[in-house]
Amino acid sequence: MAATILLIVISAVFSQNFILVKFLGICPFLGVSKKVNSAVSMGIAVTLVMVLATLVTWPLYFYIMVPLSIEYLEIIFFIFVIAALVQMLEKIIEKLSPALYRSMGIYLPLITTNCAILGVAELLLVNDLSGVVTGIEAGISMNLGFALLYALFAGIGFTLAMVLMGGVREKMEKLPVAKCMKGFPITMVAASFMAMAFYVFALL
Amino acid sequence: MNQKARHYGKIAYDGLITNNATFKLVLGTCATLGMSTSAVNSFGMGLSVTVVLLLSNVLISLLRKIIPNTVRIPAFVVIIATMVTLLRMVLEKYIPSLYDSMGVFLPLIVVNCVILGRAEAFASKNPVLDSAIDGVATGLGLTCALTLIGIIREFFGSGSFFGIKVMDFSIGFFTNSAGAFFVYGICIALFVLITNQAEKASRAKRSRALRIPSHAEPLPAPDAAEEVK
Repeated sequence: MAATILLIVISAVFSQNFILVKFLGICPFLGVSKKVNSAVSMGIAVTLVMVLATLVTWPLYFYIMVPLSIEYLEIIFFIFVIAALVQMLEKIIEKLSPALYRSMGIYLPLITTNCAILGVAELLLVNDLSGVVTGIEAGISMNLGFALLYALFAGIGFTLAMVLMGGVREKMEKLPVAKCMKGFPITMVAASFMAMAFYVFALL
Repeated sequence: MNQKARHYGKIAYDGLITNNATFKLVLGTCATLGMSTSAVNSFGMGLSVTVVLLLSNVLISLLRKIIPNTVRIPAFVVIIATMVTLLRMVLEKYIPSLYDSMGVFLPLIVVNCVILGRAEAFASKNPVLDSAIDGVATGLGLTCALTLIGIIREFFGSGSFFGIKVMDFSIGFFTNSAGAFFVYGICIALFVLITNQAEKASRAKRSRALRIPSHAEPLPAPDAAEEVK
């Protein structure tokens, strides 16, 4: 049990990192990682929505859509659930903590069209845990607890990559870069080197 | 008629080159990076996005006067999600190999920024034919870019071209995620470099074309001017 949890954590954070290995959520990774502060806020917002979205979509799929055999509507259902969740979360945060809303609120609408959220919801629709977590023996059936754990740590992995990139980009701004490499290209090349570092975890 | 053709040509050129979704606007990056492991995969992904883009652009353009402005984004998302669901069913039935290799990136076409971006920026404001051309042009621009990245990664990663073995070597770097970021970054830089050079050259040509007639016309000689006086 403990080994299973550990494997899920390592897989979600490092060896199957959402940004650097799975290529999910690249848009915020390139768009909002100019400063470490904004990267942290975006990462936390994404983690929160990922966990909440999984909490709703996973039971929705397995307890409502599968018995009614309307699995083919999953894309439409999920995107609606995520959009509604984001909107709701925005309102709740605005009411509870205006300070937090000011620092994080602007990132919330961006999350609706974030591949990472829909990606985690779609990836977790497997019956066997080995379908999402690499290096685990087959036969452990998926349940809501594992799904939530995976979503939480996938979000943490996302935040980690965002923060690392924010640090690199803050330093990179002061460097002389060739004109055609400025902006996206140099960020991509930096991300490439970071991905190499994360690739090592997949080899373990 | 000629003017109309030029108008459509401009829309197509904008979609293909000036506003190339992959290299110029850097949108829809997840699909680009995730699906470019081989040329065939990236070509399939590009065509899938093109089909969804065309259908959603046409539909949104048809409905643009009916959809209320305040709920347009959710309405667009539902239209796009429906198109992707249809595409998924078709692929599952007729091209199962592509369906399998696309995996999670097939449903993720819904959140591809290119499609929602074109719906919001173009299809919701323009007539049906314009939107259709824009959809196809943007989609093909994306397909070309994706296929290019796919060809580069497949060639260096496994020494093959569209699945046909050309050379007997393989560099693991290009098949894993680090190579995807690297190749994409270099491709953007090259695209920016080439388009900037082309623009500079065309500007120089235009200014030369403007200058030549004024120089060709002989200036009145100073003494002739004095004679007039």
